[in-house]
Amino acid sequence: MPKDSGIGASIKRREDVRFLTGRGRYTDDINLRGQAHVAFLRSNVAHGRLRGVDTAAAAAMPGVVRIFTGEDFAAVGGLPCGWQVTGRDGQVMKEPKHPVLAHGKVRHVGDPIAAVVAETYEQARDAAEAIAVDIESLPAVVDMAAALAPGSALVHDDLGTNLCYDWGFIEDSKAAVAAAIAAAHHVTTLDLVNNRLIPNAMEPRVAVGDYNSASGESTLYTTSQNPHVIRLLMGAFVLGIPEHKLRVVAPDVGGGFGSKIFHYAEEALCTFAARALNRPVKWTAQRSESFVTDAHGRDHVTRIELALDRDGHFLAIRTSTLANMGAYLSTFAPSVPTYLHGTLMAGNYKTPHIYVNVKAVFTNTVPVDAYRGAGRPEATFQLERVIDKAAREMGIDPVEIRRRNFVDAFPYQTPVAVAYDTGNYHATMDKLVTIADLAGFEKRRAASAAKGLLRGLGLNCYIEACGIAPSHLVGQLGARAGLYESATVRVNATGGIVVMTGSHSHGQGHETTFAQVIADMIGIPEAQVEIVHGDTANAPMGMGTYGSRSLAVGGSAMVRAANKIISKARKIAAHLMEAAEGDIELKDGKFRVAGTDKSVDWGAVCLAAYVPHNYPLAELEPGLEETAFYDPANFTFPAGAYACEVEVDPETGRVTIDRFAAADDFGNIVNPMVVDGQVHGGIGQGIGQALLERAVYDANGQLLSGTYMDYAMPRADDLPSYVVDHSCATPCTHNPLGVKGCGEAGAIGSPPAVVNAVIDALHRGGHAHVTHIDMPLSPARVWAAMQG
Amino acid sequence: MYAFEFTRPKTVAEAVAALAGEDAQALGGGQTLIPTLKQRLASPGMLVSLAGIAAMRGVSVAGGTLTVGGGTTHAAVARGAAAAFPALAALAGRIGDPAVRNRGTIGGSLANNDPSACYPAAVLAAGASVVTDRREIAADDFFRGMFATALEAGEIITAVRFPVPQRAAYAKFVQPASRFALVGVFVAKSAAGVRVAVTGASEGGVFRWTQAEAALAADFRPEAVRGLRAAAAGMIGDLHGSPEYRAHLVGVMTARAVAAA
Ligand SMILES: Cc1cc2nc3c(=O)[nH]c(=O)nc-3n(C[C@H](O)[C@H](O)[C@H](O)COP(=O)(O)OP(=O)(O)OC[C@H]3O[C@@H](n4cnc5c(N)ncnc54)[C@H](O)[C@@H]3O)c2cc1C
Repeated sequence: MPKDSGIGASIKRREDVRFLTGRGRYTDDINLRGQAHVAFLRSNVAHGRLRGVDTAAAAAMPGVVRIFTGEDFAAVGGLPCGWQVTGRDGQVMKEPKHPVLAHGKVRHVGDPIAAVVAETYEQARDAAEAIAVDIESLPAVVDMAAALAPGSALVHDDLGTNLCYDWGFIEDSKAAVAAAIAAAHHVTTLDLVNNRLIPNAMEPRVAVGDYNSASGESTLYTTSQNPHVIRLLMGAFVLGIPEHKLRVVAPDVGGGFGSKIFHYAEEALCTFAARALNRPVKWTAQRSESFVTDAHGRDHVTRIELALDRDGHFLAIRTSTLANMGAYLSTFAPSVPTYLHGTLMAGNYKTPHIYVNVKAVFTNTVPVDAYRGAGRPEATFQLERVIDKAAREMGIDPVEIRRRNFVDAFPYQTPVAVAYDTGNYHATMDKLVTIADLAGFEKRRAASAAKGLLRGLGLNCYIEACGIAPSHLVGQLGARAGLYESATVRVNATGGIVVMTGSHSHGQGHETTFAQVIADMIGIPEAQVEIVHGDTANAPMGMGTYGSRSLAVGGSAMVRAANKIISKARKIAAHLMEAAEGDIELKDGKFRVAGTDKSVDWGAVCLAAYVPHNYPLAELEPGLEETAFYDPANFTFPAGAYACEVEVDPETGRVTIDRFAAADDFGNIVNPMVVDGQVHGGIGQGIGQALLERAVYDANGQLLSGTYMDYAMPRADDLPSYVVDHSCATPCTHNPLGVKGCGEAGAIGSPPAVVNAVIDALHRGGHAHVTHIDMPLSPARVWAAMQG
Repeated sequence: MYAFEFTRPKTVAEAVAALAGEDAQALGGGQTLIPTLKQRLASPGMLVSLAGIAAMRGVSVAGGTLTVGGGTTHAAVARGAAAAFPALAALAGRIGDPAVRNRGTIGGSLANNDPSACYPAAVLAAGASVVTDRREIAADDFFRGMFATALEAGEIITAVRFPVPQRAAYAKFVQPASRFALVGVFVAKSAAGVRVAVTGASEGGVFRWTQAEAALAADFRPEAVRGLRAAAAGMIGDLHGSPEYRAHLVGVMTARAVAAA
């Protein structure tokens, strides 16, 4: 029987009422009295020396309030980087300053040179065009291999190199991996590109700075996935504003996919300008600005080698990757190709020897940082592609080769540092075989062939690591932040509950699912629970939402706080019923004395806490409000198996996805419908990467795919109906809800399935020479590959 | 957007007069012009909207000729031409999305002559003529290369006259991002012969593939063009396809258009 409330119920998302009826409150909906508007003058060259910025004529234009340039920020800090990676030789990464406004040089198309504040946006834009900028163009550094070659132009002259770090993981394993590869029966090698993506959240970024000269308090309204982190980074490292004088609010946010984790120059500019001008200052990104300022994703160039024994058992994996950092280090950029990528290279398999080398490279392109999956899609793609290639070379069925190598005993210590607590990879594969109807493939293939189309089947597994933790470990790995979460549960006198969480919902549905958890714990209707997030003035602290961490980490903090509440309420109930605390049970919103018919309602207990006439004041404080912080003991490890069927038109190279099935293990599920939605969205994004999306720079560092005319987003008719299943659940062993996280799985698991399917179709169609095609598998690329 | 003046005349004559003013520009559905203005890539002093001119709207058929008013939207053509000239209706029905189709006009599309636009292929293949406020221009004389036409400054497309072919079809292979034509081929067979017009492919804009026309005049079946190869020289090469790929698609789409005609 499907439940209709509490944990496990597919209740509709309460936030959708306002989202779908135009009553959401996004940052751009915020307009403050006396507000001025900002337009940025941005570099239109990728690399150049800034010889002069003459603002005199612009400053005299109608409506102009003030023009800021790099000089105004010389005294404040640069945008900080939150993760320091240490390279193979013990060298810490190169960490160039990232000025709020360009100073000395411009380093990518879109780099802000000046910010014009004016009475209206159009006036600000007019004036920005009137600024005379003198830039000496320099050769652009675009290609990563060329960037590392001797004599290359340098993105940051003072570093003396474009290499940010050269990281080996685990360096001590290198020799053993080399030996295992040298001695192996078979080695499969694959060179591939993980294509650069532009996040394209539906809501462009917006920042509104405000300053109260009476209190000395600054407020920033911003499109962020983690307002507390922005408060810390901007306050402490850039503008020097202590936290008690800085409030950051991220109201409804229309999608982020990672791109709204990071601290951006525009946030600092608006906060700084509001204080300098003593009036609110607002900036809303144009879509064309989003293309050249939101941190991009992926952009890895990799060689992977997989060594196997005669029976197809994996012996060793060695990878070598160039990872694009772009022109500056975005907030978490260094961690993505390292600790979010190298640690995942074991996948679902017991490969005894693994070595990962990553060279991170500066180029004259937009900074690259975490994007849905962040490092894990890159790891999964190369691993699942090379396994498919090896299976084909050795004549082993792609399901069988995976089964032969599955990790099947837990906990499992990988050779790449992490330990999987639980999973059942055979069960998810069994489930996939059923829901994807693999048995019916041959019949479908024949039907496609009758239409002149080549049908192919691709499948893959994935493992994800969510809720990156614990803090003491990530601290050793270079994180400059803790990765806990906090929550305050406030119970009102009449029993209604407000939860203030440090997690941030920007499409995930927390307001619904978090309320389900609390309602379930106490046995009251969801309607009695309100979830509040996105304001540093509410939740005590918040690391925010990314890496599929909200329920596993933020939810756990909330459960802890709620348990403190329940434990206090039980004491109150015991007092009210003159019973021993140990005899009190909470069920369906009532405290009962076990074995009797005595009970007291949740509401009555809450009232007693706030109207403590009959109350154990000697032992208990009045009131019912508790805060908890939760720092996880480990990552969670969702895993799954995906299958994709495509039809390829041999005349045009056009790929159509006909079927897609996903069997996921997310541990326990709070709201199956919300989870389905997360998986659907993730698969859509993964298919976008596999077939359509690609940020392309020319040799001069100009973004060729700078509008939707050239950057192909997936549309509804590019996507099939999905069959998704998450019934194979092995609950996480170390968080109170037994949950694992589902936000990124679809985007991680789907690209290899699509590419494997296309390669399979081409093989079956007589194009056996095609062993790989780089994403996106556009018709032109597939056709060119078929031509040989 | 820069500031501009705006006027919405009721007749062609008023529009012509307004367009004679300095820096005046016609506004059709705005589906090309408005994005250009928003990006500040154009700065007309005066926009002369043609949307209020009733005489420029509508689809009519008389004596084997289908006439489309220059201000008729793509959606209206998709409906109005469905019975008399289904190939044209189908083409109009696949331009952009519903918002674009309910705003964008045939006159705007032809005046703009985007090398990837769909209408130019239909106009050229059908041997249509473009009627303006001052003359009638044969399709073969109208298109003058990428974004270039025979139109003079201030000249307004008031109508397009299509001789309805006996058999016709448009085969469009979409560019994945914009969904304009990466290659689109319109094939039309009439008493006068077969005409094949190709859009999306050439650096010179829409063109007639005469080699295919000759083959199809002799044998109007897909097989007749299977062996033919359009030359890659002069084809567009960009993110979405090489000149060779486009040349290849010209052959594929021509055969498909013939099969569908
Ligand atoms: C998302 C999107 C997708 C699209 N997809 C396609 C597609 O698949 N295929 C396709 O063919 N097109 C496509 N288009 C373009 C669309 O068809 C436009 O409507 C068309 O190109 C311009 O027509 P318009 O009426 O909007 O002209 P406007 O944008 O108003 O004007 C364009 C130009 O024509 C001039 N002009 C307008 N009307 C006249 C007239 N009657 N006489 C003389 N000059 C005039 C204007 O001065 C201007 O220079 C797409 C557009 C968008 C935004």
